Amino acid sequence: MARTPADLVGADPGPPFEITFDGRTVTALPGQSVAAALWGAGILAWRTTRDGGRPRGAFCGIGQCYDCLATVNGQPNKRACLVPARPGDAVTTQEGHGHAPLGV
Amino acid sequence: MVGAACAYYAARSGLTVTVVDRGPVAGGTTGAGEGNLLVSDKEPGPELDLALLSTGLWRTLAEDLPQHTEYEPKGGLVVASTGPGLDALRDFAAAQATAGVTAREIPADRLHDLEPHLAPGLPGGVHYPQDAQVQPALAAAHLLRASRAEVRTGEEVTAVLTGPGGEVRGVRTPSGTLHAPCVVNAAGTWGGELARLAGAYLPVLPRRGFVLVTEPLPRVVRHKVYAADYVADVASASAALQTSAVVEGTPAGPVLIGASRERVGFDRTLSVEVLRRLAAQATALFPVLARVRALRTYAGFRPYMPDHLPAIGADPRVPGLLHACGHEGAGIGLAPATGLIIARLLTGGEPPLDVTPFRPGRFAAA
Repeated sequence: MARTPADLVGADPGPPFEITFDGRTVTALPGQSVAAALWGAGILAWRTTRDGGRPRGAFCGIGQCYDCLATVNGQPNKRACLVPARPGDAVTTQEGHGHAPLGV
Repeated sequence: MVGAACAYYAARSGLTVTVVDRGPVAGGTTGAGEGNLLVSDKEPGPELDLALLSTGLWRTLAEDLPQHTEYEPKGGLVVASTGPGLDALRDFAAAQATAGVTAREIPADRLHDLEPHLAPGLPGGVHYPQDAQVQPALAAAHLLRASRAEVRTGEEVTAVLTGPGGEVRGVRTPSGTLHAPCVVNAAGTWGGELARLAGAYLPVLPRRGFVLVTEPLPRVVRHKVYAADYVADVASASAALQTSAVVEGTPAGPVLIGASRERVGFDRTLSVEVLRRLAAQATALFPVLARVRALRTYAGFRPYMPDHLPAIGADPRVPGLLHACGHEGAGIGLAPATGLIIARLLTGGEPPLDVTPFRPGRFAAA
């Protein structure tokens, strides 16, 4: 089971469900953001920067810094810290701006 | 930008130059533009001559300045939306070609070779390889640094000092007086105010424009692409709102979407109507943009002159005062030629082209 602070706060969440990250199965709890689910599974980076391809993940965690952008169900630039995880979500590492297919 | 160019060429002519700017570098109209270096939108005449001279000077500057100015000789593509529009564009381009502009008609079936994301069904366009782009704030800052002029930012000119014969002696700022035998008014949209301080007259008016900025993207737009209606909007004297799509990519990724023109004084209020029209016109030209997000917008005030020509040269009433302002939306592009003219006039040299059409004394004081 993924690490969560649920015990600390005496939470009684509903049954866990599965999402995927780059094809790998990750367990999430109802109400968790995508970023929380990934963190809970020990995954800290899910985007690379446009310049230099450096790894990025959650930084502020409250939707302000836009560092945690991820591609969720094929849509790039979703703030992982704000998007609630839903059963079956496919999260993929976002390369840079995430719009490479539009390039000409 | 015009002030930075004046400083650059004047200093290279051996003059000692101090630049006084009430804001930061590129804090006025320079930082609120798209960095257009266009010949394509200008009809044959003095402004086009100035633009053609500047095009060559920008190429040289781009070699001399650090790469961070983001100079891109990407070329322009003007697209007609109707058959009659294409006929008019073709005539316009033919006239430009006689004045030294390189213009190549692109038939409908070749438009997508140049711009794969262009909307289908457009009747054709004209390719202008001399059009280019810079990042205007970076270009102004690097030009200023390369000039080695003394730069005083955050310091506003509060008075123009004159001697017993009415000749310029320098300027006063809150931190003291600055003595100089010549003062160049490169205050852009605020050039009319500075002229008034010196007892001179220039009818510079603000013409507002918004730019819409998308999220960072790969290269989806290769050239400076705009609708043929833009040329008529630029030349219009109307105060009412005009919008026509001008779309370009940037090295940083975001696509910039202009252009709106309206004379509403210095009102910075966000206009949703303007943004809606810019977005609609840009997505009509590039449907792919409907799938990406606009992240922000910025606005600026072009220095508009009633006859659409800048004021470049000596003031007829105040000896020692020179003007270099009123370039409307073309100041970035026209800056090097303007700076070179000012430097030549300051040193008693021959201007690189006929400056009579730009003489500041052509306006009668109201």
